[in-house]
Amino acid sequence: MSAESMTIAKAVNAGLRRAMEGDDHVLVMGEDVGRLGGVFRVTDGLQKDFGEDRVIDTPLAEGGIIGTAVGLALRGYRPVCEIQFDGFVFPGYDQIVSQVAKMHFRSGGRLRLPIVIRIPYGGSIGAVEHHSESPEAYFAHTPGLKVVTCSNALDAYWMVQQAVALDDPVVFFEPKRRYYEKAEVDPAVDAADVLALESARVTLPGDDVTVAAYGPMVKTCLDAASAAADEGRSIEVVDLRSLSPLELGTVYESVRRTGRLVVVHEAQRTLGIGAEVAARVTEECFYSLEAPVQRVTGYDTPYPPARVEEQYLPDLDRVLDAVDRSLAY
Amino acid sequence: MTTQAEHPASSAAAPADPAGLLPAAEPVAFLDDDGSPAPEHRRGRYREPDLALLREAYSRMVVGRRFDAQATALTKQGRLAVYPSSRGQEACQVGSVLALRPTDWLFPTYRDTMALVTRDIDAVEALTLLRGNWHCGYDPHATRTAPQCTPLATHLPHAAGLAYAARRKGEDTVVMALVGDGGTSEGDFHEALNFAAIFAAPVVFLVQNNQYAISVPLSDQTAAASLADKGIGYGVPGVRVDGNDPVAVLAVLTDAVETARSGAGPVLVEADTYRVEPHTNADDDTRYREHDEVETWKHRDPVDRLDAYLRANDALSDDDVSAAGARAETLVDDLRTRMAGDPDADPRELFAHVFAEPTSQLREQAGWLAAELGET
Repeated sequence: MSAESMTIAKAVNAGLRRAMEGDDHVLVMGEDVGRLGGVFRVTDGLQKDFGEDRVIDTPLAEGGIIGTAVGLALRGYRPVCEIQFDGFVFPGYDQIVSQVAKMHFRSGGRLRLPIVIRIPYGGSIGAVEHHSESPEAYFAHTPGLKVVTCSNALDAYWMVQQAVALDDPVVFFEPKRRYYEKAEVDPAVDAADVLALESARVTLPGDDVTVAAYGPMVKTCLDAASAAADEGRSIEVVDLRSLSPLELGTVYESVRRTGRLVVVHEAQRTLGIGAEVAARVTEECFYSLEAPVQRVTGYDTPYPPARVEEQYLPDLDRVLDAVDRSLAY
Repeated sequence: MTTQAEHPASSAAAPADPAGLLPAAEPVAFLDDDGSPAPEHRRGRYREPDLALLREAYSRMVVGRRFDAQATALTKQGRLAVYPSSRGQEACQVGSVLALRPTDWLFPTYRDTMALVTRDIDAVEALTLLRGNWHCGYDPHATRTAPQCTPLATHLPHAAGLAYAARRKGEDTVVMALVGDGGTSEGDFHEALNFAAIFAAPVVFLVQNNQYAISVPLSDQTAAASLADKGIGYGVPGVRVDGNDPVAVLAVLTDAVETARSGAGPVLVEADTYRVEPHTNADDDTRYREHDEVETWKHRDPVDRLDAYLRANDALSDDDVSAAGARAETLVDDLRTRMAGDPDADPRELFAHVFAEPTSQLREQAGWLAAELGET
């Protein structure tokens, strides 16, 4: 198989397919994941090829989906649960934070739950309420969950396979507004040579300011960096990829060179991932910082109606404004 | 099970419960309150368990009750943080376990420690949660027993999922999932019944209706005619049994386990019983129930009823009673001895089990705690 240009949606699909081919214990379960192939078609064709027993159209109940996945995992299965939209995860939230996250700990390591919970997240798709949220901080705040997110098709392909292979539960956030953006994916690459799931990546090297982002905002930041380059400013873009654990070594190394950091996410500002990044960068890179860490985030409001979501969401201009603020120090 | 086709819409007044999913008008019973035989019709279709099983149940109930009293005493001595007693519920605690094979799974709540001991889980390991030195002290895989559930009913979807896994693997494993009357109000109870039915999962949901969710009586918990009535909405048969009649409890649960094992899907059993003690040692039950009510239920004591029934059938001697008592004393003597010392909880272990492998942040934080503990 040679390199192929594919969308993020297709890359998750291809990654899931490969994981299912490699291990009979991998199951896909959720609402509409089978016959329909998911509302975003991410699981398209999997039920046809792997059967109704491995790609399961469940009753419509997120708590039941996650809860029964726990029982399946206890007997050796590796369920991949799809939550249809970010805002619909909360009926299953109790099972995720109280049960999935804690089972390994409370059993003294005797019970492992290799469950992946896939959640399409984020806004800018013109949807009605509860369809555009960024709830990642709730999960990253919960010990026992790994929380990761991809920003491009290449990562989507490999990260979903790495998540399935992990013995810990993983909440896997997919940037739904980027689902149909393409990148080259080469399945022939040796999996051992792929960047580790929990590592950040320098997506674009630069010298003047570090901009750290994840998921849908990585593309926004790359666009901002491109615009800044036209004005002679060199921005380094770091894709955090893993939000729990949040391995910031890559960011520290970058900030020690640039002396400046802007953190960008769609999620609300207060106690968001950006706050944790800012705190830790301050702890670790205090003498390298030329300016306070700047945050570019959603506002501290519930996610807005579609007609005003573009005024709520961080965009290229807001990222560049933050870069300017940082450089003004 | 009858089908729609057998009851065409054109026929006169279709029965309200064509599939037979609703419980009988009265709970299944084999014994009257004093242990004499109940009227024949109360048995329904259920077979009487053999005397050997009932003798074993008697012995286990005596041991369970003694264990329960000892655990309450240990709490008063400060050896346990808290103990939710199941005194009065011995028929359910023991019956739910004796209906299972060792290869079956049990999903208990915090009030089911007596069931854990009946399952031959080491008593000290069974009390680890309540002692506070770890959350679950026994090996769930080795004992085929899930950790005790504290947020009620959250374990029921797990039970449904595990039973579904067993069916997928072609195993004949059955899962017994325990819950109380209060737990039936939780969404997880309903989702678990629905998923179990859809998955044809071999799981028996046993509701120990002990009449109170701490202080809230059943009348404030549900407007349904019975908790077993809740099965019909999911296509799950509901059975109601006198939960203080050990013969009936074993008859019904053995049958329910056989039904689940046969591939017919889940069964919901409501056992009407009573929590004789307060919710825990920290509870004051005089604030919400009358002394007379407790005394009334004591006259329906499951151990006394089985004692009377077995003696009437020449299946229990004074020597048997002494032997059961001795078995109980042996267990609690050992328990007292081993609970006398301080728990062996190690704070450094906190970091070992968050994930399969500790993350770099956890290793760093483990270092901070080690330094605080005076290690280098």
